[in-house]
Amino acid sequence: MRRFSKVVALALVLVMALSLCACGAGGKKAGGKITVGVVNNPPSESGYREANVKDMESVFSEANGYELKAFYSIKNDEQLQAAQGFITEGVDYLLISAAETTGWDEVLKKAKEAGIKVYLFDRMIDVDQSLYEAAVVSDMAKEGETAVNWLLDQKLPEYNVIHIQGAMGSDAQIGRTGALDAQFAAGTMKKVVQQTATWDEAEAKKIVESVINSGEDFNVIYAENDGMAKGAVAALDEAGITHGVDGKVVVMGFDCNKWALRELLAKAWNYDGQCSPFQAQIISDLIKSGNAPSSKIIINEEKGFDATTLTQSDIDTYGLGE
Amino acid sequence: MKENKKRFLKGGLGQLTIPVIAVALLVIFNLIRDPGFFSISITHNNYGNAVLAGNLISIINGASELAILAIGMTLVTAATKGQDISVGAAAAIAGSVFVKVLKSASSISVGTVILAFLCAAVVAMLFGAFNGTLVAVFGIQPMIATLILYTCGRSIAYWINGGATPTVESPIISAIGSFAPGIPIPMPVIIVIVVTILFKLLFHFTSLEILTQSVGINQSAARLNGINTTFIKLLSFILLGVCVAVSGCIGVSRLGLINHETLLLDVEMDAILAVAIGGNSLGGGKFKISGSIIGAYVIQMLTITLYAMKVSSTDVKAYKAIVIVLLVVIGSPVVKQRFQKFMGNLKKGKSETKGVEGA
Repeated sequence: MRRFSKVVALALVLVMALSLCACGAGGKKAGGKITVGVVNNPPSESGYREANVKDMESVFSEANGYELKAFYSIKNDEQLQAAQGFITEGVDYLLISAAETTGWDEVLKKAKEAGIKVYLFDRMIDVDQSLYEAAVVSDMAKEGETAVNWLLDQKLPEYNVIHIQGAMGSDAQIGRTGALDAQFAAGTMKKVVQQTATWDEAEAKKIVESVINSGEDFNVIYAENDGMAKGAVAALDEAGITHGVDGKVVVMGFDCNKWALRELLAKAWNYDGQCSPFQAQIISDLIKSGNAPSSKIIINEEKGFDATTLTQSDIDTYGLGE
Repeated sequence: MKENKKRFLKGGLGQLTIPVIAVALLVIFNLIRDPGFFSISITHNNYGNAVLAGNLISIINGASELAILAIGMTLVTAATKGQDISVGAAAAIAGSVFVKVLKSASSISVGTVILAFLCAAVVAMLFGAFNGTLVAVFGIQPMIATLILYTCGRSIAYWINGGATPTVESPIISAIGSFAPGIPIPMPVIIVIVVTILFKLLFHFTSLEILTQSVGINQSAARLNGINTTFIKLLSFILLGVCVAVSGCIGVSRLGLINHETLLLDVEMDAILAVAIGGNSLGGGKFKISGSIIGAYVIQMLTITLYAMKVSSTDVKAYKAIVIVLLVVIGSPVVKQRFQKFMGNLKKGKSETKGVEGA
């Protein structure tokens, strides 16, 4: 089936290429603008993707001298066909966040033959590094490290941590858990409880409630996403335990939803970390400078916001959702 | 007098034996483990209200959505000899509608909350009617019929509000999901009591209970007796829809946030279990709402106990499964019959020895 669809795709490409030659419209830089073909996952996938798509649209705008062509699908096959389409259309740059890591060899080779430079963003692809200019990706482990380093910088007299994990085995959970586990192992922080709430807000509330009822002492809540942090805070509120800046319990969340950052701004939470969905500017800088990057893999800098320094403009720029 | 006592033991408690024993076992187990487990204290929450706190409150409060769903599930089970596995997904839809209406209002007042709830209830009842039509009119097995909504329900919930997790901030919403000023009992608990009373009143003033039972016991006999079996089945799904809307709205109000992927996730299985633990036959017919409600509290008590023992929440499901298998097996007709036979033999043996003594 796969092979068949590949053959069909190839045939389509040939037909399109022929028709393009026939028209004689090689139109590379349409009106002096740099054409960029983006193959991405659909914005409906998650709040992360929504922000990612918006970021691409705002950076590769006409005002910045670009002509953006975008295609969204969660199906690898459809993404491959779209990439083929962009190559035959003759875009200058091809930006890809692939649905799957495999199956991209042929397309990327074609792009290289056509002289189109390829940038990968957000997700890696299993191909030879010579086939793309650079990959701008997130390092999930770094995200956890940034958050834990922030926590260490708070210089609390003691660290009694309630650790609420996401769905076990997911990339985000592994990355966000790793750094904290290292602290537990080293003995710098004490694990009061470590439970997965599988991203479920209500479950997070129950976990914190049971710790409160047991009478055990804790002063940090490290929740691996904003929703679970909100659940944990609901349990604190019901028990009359203060939290946030100047509160008894330090509250940490991830994802940087706008509503969560507003909690930070109100000083009810202390920290919100983010797996940054903003790769467009880095790629744009590379394109405009014209230089090849020193390393093929560029790790996107992860953001972490502190309630004491967060501003409304941070929320507007970096917050996800509404 | 003696007769009465006997009847109470045999008939009155009858169906409730298993859930009551389960509660008793869990209570004893927890008291041995930690004598202070059920202690209740009064604390002041962050909004300055005096409220009750403790594991017992956590259990009763946390089981609210499940208890309400169990009521509706009992009716559907009794009437259709099957279960609705789409209640979690339908609750996500109802919750999303609730949030959508609240967000479209300029300011949130008691009126808008009621309006939002009514909208959620209508939508949930329509989905209930959809399930009910498939089951009652087209005669599709309930689990298969509701599998459709189970599969696509959360996607529908996604369409209503989009990808992110929208929040609603309002003192009224947090009063519904947590504590209202001046009332030390969690509001969801009060809602459970109100819903239970409403259903009891419905059974008291209509013949719905007996009609539902007769449809479940023997559909053709019920039809021959002039009962509109299609309507009764349909009605049970619509009433479950009301329960779904109430639970969905409580779930949303607890945190003032809707996450269509996680709201009341996997609750359908717990709701069916609550019905089973409550001693109701999953094959329809006679039923007791109170059994299912106790069943819901048993499940929640089990979860909280395991959390208190710091059992990893990934393992909680496995432990829960073990306990539930035991409960269901003990409550099964085969074990019951053997037990009765065993007791009968014991009695016979006693009277025989008495006879020998007498001679």
